[in-house]
Amino acid sequence: MTPYQPGDGLMQPNTPVGIVGYGAYVPRYRIPAKEISKMWTGGAGGVPIIEKSVNGLDEDVVTMSIEAARNALRRAQISPRDIRAVWVGSESHPYAVKPTSTMVAEAIGAVPNTAAADWEFACKAGTEAMQAAMGLVGSGMAKYALSVGMDTAQGRPGDALEYTAAAGGAAVLLGRGEESAVLIHGSYSFVTDTPDFWRRAHADYPSHGDRFTGEPAYFKHIMGAAEALLGAMDRTAADYRWAVFHQPNAKFPMRVAQQLGFQPDQYEVGLLSPRIGNTYSGATMIGLTAILDVAEPGDRILMVSYGSGAGSDAFDLEVTERILEIRDRAPKTEEYISRRTEIDYATYTRFRDKLKM
Amino acid sequence: MTTKQIVIIGIGQTQVGEHWDVSLRHLAWQAIEAALDDAAANGLDAVNQIESVYVGNMLGGLSSQQDHLGALIADYAGLRGVEAVTVEAGEASGATAVRQAIMAVQSGQVDMALAVGVEKATDETGAEAIRSMTTSLDADFETIHGATLPAMAGLLMQRYMHEYGTAVADFANFSVNAHANGAKNEYAMFRNLIKAEKFPNAPLVADPVNLFDAAPVADGAAAVIVTTAEVAYSARMRNVIKVLGSAMATDAFSLHDRDDILHFNAVKLSTERALKQAGYGREVINILELHDAFTIMTTLALEAMGYAERGTGYQFDLNQTPLSTFGGLKARGNPLGATGVYQIVELTRQLRGQAGENQVPDAKIGLAQNLGGVASTAVTHVLGV
Repeated sequence: MTPYQPGDGLMQPNTPVGIVGYGAYVPRYRIPAKEISKMWTGGAGGVPIIEKSVNGLDEDVVTMSIEAARNALRRAQISPRDIRAVWVGSESHPYAVKPTSTMVAEAIGAVPNTAAADWEFACKAGTEAMQAAMGLVGSGMAKYALSVGMDTAQGRPGDALEYTAAAGGAAVLLGRGEESAVLIHGSYSFVTDTPDFWRRAHADYPSHGDRFTGEPAYFKHIMGAAEALLGAMDRTAADYRWAVFHQPNAKFPMRVAQQLGFQPDQYEVGLLSPRIGNTYSGATMIGLTAILDVAEPGDRILMVSYGSGAGSDAFDLEVTERILEIRDRAPKTEEYISRRTEIDYATYTRFRDKLKM
Repeated sequence: MTTKQIVIIGIGQTQVGEHWDVSLRHLAWQAIEAALDDAAANGLDAVNQIESVYVGNMLGGLSSQQDHLGALIADYAGLRGVEAVTVEAGEASGATAVRQAIMAVQSGQVDMALAVGVEKATDETGAEAIRSMTTSLDADFETIHGATLPAMAGLLMQRYMHEYGTAVADFANFSVNAHANGAKNEYAMFRNLIKAEKFPNAPLVADPVNLFDAAPVADGAAAVIVTTAEVAYSARMRNVIKVLGSAMATDAFSLHDRDDILHFNAVKLSTERALKQAGYGREVINILELHDAFTIMTTLALEAMGYAERGTGYQFDLNQTPLSTFGGLKARGNPLGATGVYQIVELTRQLRGQAGENQVPDAKIGLAQNLGGVASTAVTHVLGV
């Protein structure tokens, strides 16, 4: 077998594709990591983030995806009837069988002339749906395609992941390059069979391989995807104004950013996990929305997601003049993060249906 | 000991760490291949002369769902046909395997034997891993109450601090020394330095045992080839190291059955027996490799061996006799059933003068000690040039 060459596997559409609208959503409730630590360790030991977002009693991946999709449409100002695909990536779809995406499509007025499907690839289902949308639009099969990454993530009470498993995400509407606020120059996927984290059917909470989720899982795949994309595009960290990575905690994405040569002023704007936790399928994409809220035309962005199981999707993005026109049409990501109601562990237990009787 | 002089003619080891992508058999093979290469470099092609293989391993049946390691590893390492068996004595499995190889050659049943210690500890996580690693304690009377090895070390350290008025910071030197030496060992898991002033505030593992007290459990494999001096010298081998003493002893299995929990009697007995075989006193030992799974275990071992008065083991002068010269369990890492073989490999490197930056000047006679459970088993080897 001939070894892979630099550039092998780079995904680029036949015609330019980009993001014509984007939107975020974060529920208002926050539980500080120290409150969780108080419950399980008496407050001893460090915590991986400051606090995480928690969805309210009347919120789930359907309602939250609709909020984010509506924000994307507000920015894009296109007719929802021109959307040919509504794809929702999540690992918290409310139903095992019955699509989240049809409900979202109905709510935003995209039905019936649209494809719709739910995606699942742990935390990278949303960016996977973005790559598919690149294909659909780039081939001319669709004028617009909507990709959503959204989660109300599950963390077993007392488990390390309970400190970070959060709720939130983002929607991006892809369309032709000439009407885009962000051009997608290329994408690369790095995937292997690496069982670091999983949730079996009928299980309430995921299982994971502790330290195995680090080096051979998160770091190997994110670095693999990022380095392949940088090589294929002939770019280095210095060519980008911004970078955003999947953020299961604060430490992992910072280490990856530093290993790739990024400076804090390049990655801090997209690093939301310290303040909202790990929004799983939403984590990378909502980090991107925070960047788009402040980016200038001409800025390049490197985005790399990670999904357990495992794989990473890397994207080479460039902001256009159009961003200035669209970004104030919907609430900014920072506005959602600042909209904050702190809750205690008991309230969190009720909101997340953790009390089994 | 003896009628025949037993010698070590080949050593091999893998890096200690989290070998997620390497299987139990593959790890063992890597160490065996390195030991065979080493013997060949010293003048003897051992592969067709090894007659028996002893595999030291603690967790295989649980964490890898693999017992019957003797035949498995002999086959995988290209030694199909030899006598082979697994040796298990908790965390002392490695040194026990070495001792079995020595005894096999000593008995005259075989002329050359190989001991390999191998552990794949990272195949399990969380509660499963704790269950597997706790099997060296008393299941009916300790484990059932939630005891783990770190918890038992915590009890010992608490009692020691109470009896002798010591503080956590008093135990720092052992770990600072281990990391300083591990930093120069390419096979070590941790190659970072730790500062004595950070020691007392490291995260707790089992109060008062903290992260800097406790050695990391990890994956690894090490192998040694032993034969008679006659075989080695007739092949004109270089770098031959003598086994001067090999002894094993046991203590009351559970802590609650001991008259004095701060006295490691198995350590005392096995040390006395090994030194008696060697015909030396403690004062001639230039190097010590002890079972520093927890600093309290090193402390109590030094006291039981007679290196320190009761209540003073933590004050041991590391310049007097170098300790943990390649990082010990604390920095090289603790691959459980392989640990005892690593100690023999490291001591052999020192005595050969092949320890590189870690070389102890004028190393002539060294002692390695591997413990199982809370020193319910102690295996002591004395090696010399």
